[in-house]
Amino acid sequence: MKVQLRDPNTIMKLSRLGSFHQSKLSFLRSFLNEFKDWEYKRDLFNLDRFGYGEAVYSFKKDKRTYSLVCFANKIKDDERSDRVIATKWDAAFTLHDGVPTQKDIDRLKNEVPRQEVGRLSFKELTLSRANKSVRVFNHVVERLSEGKQPDLELLSNVGYLYRTTAVYGSGKFGLADRFRIKNREEINGPFRLEMMLVYLVRQFTFDQVNHVAHHKNPSKSVVLDRKICKNLGIGNSTGLGMAPFIVNHPTLLNNWVMSREIALKKIREIKIVKKKDSVLFIDCLKKSLTNITSWNTDSEYQQIKIKNLLKDIKKFIHFIDNNFDFEDEYPFNQIYLWLEEKACEECIEYVVSIMMEPYNEITNPLVSQMSSEEDKYFTIPTNRTIKDLINIIEKKYSNILKINFEKKQNTQNFWFISKNKEEPRLADRFKEGGSELEQPLAIARDVKKLHKKLLDMKNNSTVAEFLSKNSELRHIVRRVFIVEKFPYSEIQDNTIGKNLMPIDMLRLKLSFFGALKFDPRSDKWLRICMFQGAPLPDELKNYDEQWVYRSSN
Amino acid sequence: MKSLSEIETTAKRASKAAGFSWGEAEEIGKCIRQLEMFGLPGIKHLNSYFNDKKKNTYENLSSINQSNSSSLNPYCPIILGISFLDQLKIVENFKKIYISNIAYPIIFISFLSRSSEIIGKKINVKFDEKEIFLNLNVNIYSNFLNLEFPKNSKNIEINFIENKDNFNEDEWKSLYKLSENTFVEETDSLKKGAAGAGLTDND
Repeated sequence: MKVQLRDPNTIMKLSRLGSFHQSKLSFLRSFLNEFKDWEYKRDLFNLDRFGYGEAVYSFKKDKRTYSLVCFANKIKDDERSDRVIATKWDAAFTLHDGVPTQKDIDRLKNEVPRQEVGRLSFKELTLSRANKSVRVFNHVVERLSEGKQPDLELLSNVGYLYRTTAVYGSGKFGLADRFRIKNREEINGPFRLEMMLVYLVRQFTFDQVNHVAHHKNPSKSVVLDRKICKNLGIGNSTGLGMAPFIVNHPTLLNNWVMSREIALKKIREIKIVKKKDSVLFIDCLKKSLTNITSWNTDSEYQQIKIKNLLKDIKKFIHFIDNNFDFEDEYPFNQIYLWLEEKACEECIEYVVSIMMEPYNEITNPLVSQMSSEEDKYFTIPTNRTIKDLINIIEKKYSNILKINFEKKQNTQNFWFISKNKEEPRLADRFKEGGSELEQPLAIARDVKKLHKKLLDMKNNSTVAEFLSKNSELRHIVRRVFIVEKFPYSEIQDNTIGKNLMPIDMLRLKLSFFGALKFDPRSDKWLRICMFQGAPLPDELKNYDEQWVYRSSN
Repeated sequence: MKSLSEIETTAKRASKAAGFSWGEAEEIGKCIRQLEMFGLPGIKHLNSYFNDKKKNTYENLSSINQSNSSSLNPYCPIILGISFLDQLKIVENFKKIYISNIAYPIIFISFLSRSSEIIGKKINVKFDEKEIFLNLNVNIYSNFLNLEFPKNSKNIEINFIENKDNFNEDEWKSLYKLSENTFVEETDSLKKGAAGAGLTDND
């Protein structure tokens, strides 16, 4: 039986993309899988009794070493902010390519804590900063120094000691360009070095909290229990900065979603499912309920989604337990069809992720296909005809063409780059100034504009002729030829409409990172948790691959 | 040191701010990145061109012929470059193209370098007394790398180099003969047993 790939017109809608969950394809999980046999080491830990100073952690294999260089600084409570406007943080980090010399550390000490206004070199690969969850950090220090373990309920509610507020890579602020390192086998997957940074930062937070507690009361203090450590991750606050990325990297977006879609298709095409595989699927499904019930948020929008997810997952488990036989042919296809009919989008995508758990042989080869050589697809095939272009648009953007952009509500917002922080922002076109400097992220509107103009041209004219008179549509012509080859490269929705939920765009990207516990703080930013439940670095050589579903939080 | 990613992004944004469309700005960003990667003064000349553009007028050449001349104002190297890319399939047939009076030729050359990659042919460019060899956008070879690139060029001649060997047949044969000294002369026994297959396909 051949199953078709899912229709981009359904999958690439923002409400669906905003319902994606982590899976075996997620970058933090594929990072752990790739680096599990690397040698982990804490090379330097030079903190004072209050936890301020420098530390270095590394992963090493053969002649290659990656080193996380950490700088923990004292800041005042009123200087601590997760917003991008902040200028000081509790800790700042960079991932250095190789073993840093003392000269490197001295150089980095002057630059890394300054983040966006500092300058890095081609020897640095990623850059980040993080703030303490002061309430949790102080509580843990207090309890450990008294010889006790912390209150698990408090830890469970928050899920981390620190949260990062940005992770930069790929040439930002002088960091190494991707082309310098792209041929390294171990980073043949998107954001792998960003994941390494966050993972090592997590270990630093445990070491720091133990260190401070010990110096507070050397005779009585204990270290944080390893099981508790494992159930803590690293938080992250993410704002709009992430949203344009998925629009600006269409072939990359395609490769992420395409990998997920191919995995699902292959799983649905399995005729007979082995007992051990169905057992693993059901085990992950049932244990994952803890992930849903411990998913805390004040966001009404997300609370409704979680409530519906929990309701539908319970309904699905009841169906599996009582009305379903895994010995039937094509069981995962039956499951998928049941979900499409009976479950909400959040639940469909949740179960799709869990379906991948038994199938390393399907997911592992896909992981290496999730990067993209974007430059290969940059050149516009200008010898093609207007007729070709019209055909592609009508085939690939059929839903977009139905949107009426004459209506004010469909062009309500515009994307711009703020002068202060050089970060993307979203504003109301009819209330705020600056729309004349709009970023080219209104793809749906511009596709429709292009289509209208093309209809006035002769069918056999070339794209070159069209562009010579319509240069303002050049960026969108390029995209149309990309979507011709990459069906999942385009969000099939209006990114400037009144009803836009930007957090759907953030959620899509973060789900591929492997984030859990999406906690929208508004429609424009959210908090998440990464690596919660993940093995500690010294456990990597032999760890439970399904740790995500077996965490006790 | 600025990363190439920063160079591309800044060149793109500056180009949009200088009045080009987003799609054109994307092309400029790529070209300036490439020049800087080759060690050529992309940022310097783009910046200088945008400053001059505020005071001076430049001609837009949107349809390229075999011979192109602007008697009044110099050609804009960006519009010329983009037109060249877009009409590549046609202009390639000219074999030689002449362009007179062009501003900031190094910016235009970055578009020619990309053109070389797209059509899979090397391109030779002569302007004024100088010569540049564009090798499939892998590198740019020139006889005046350490000299200042001009802000204006009176005449440019562009030659598409057909794909052919850079050596003659005798040179090839001589080298090939030497390479044969790594081969083993086959005895009858080796002929029968060393290939791993039968001597005929009819067995």
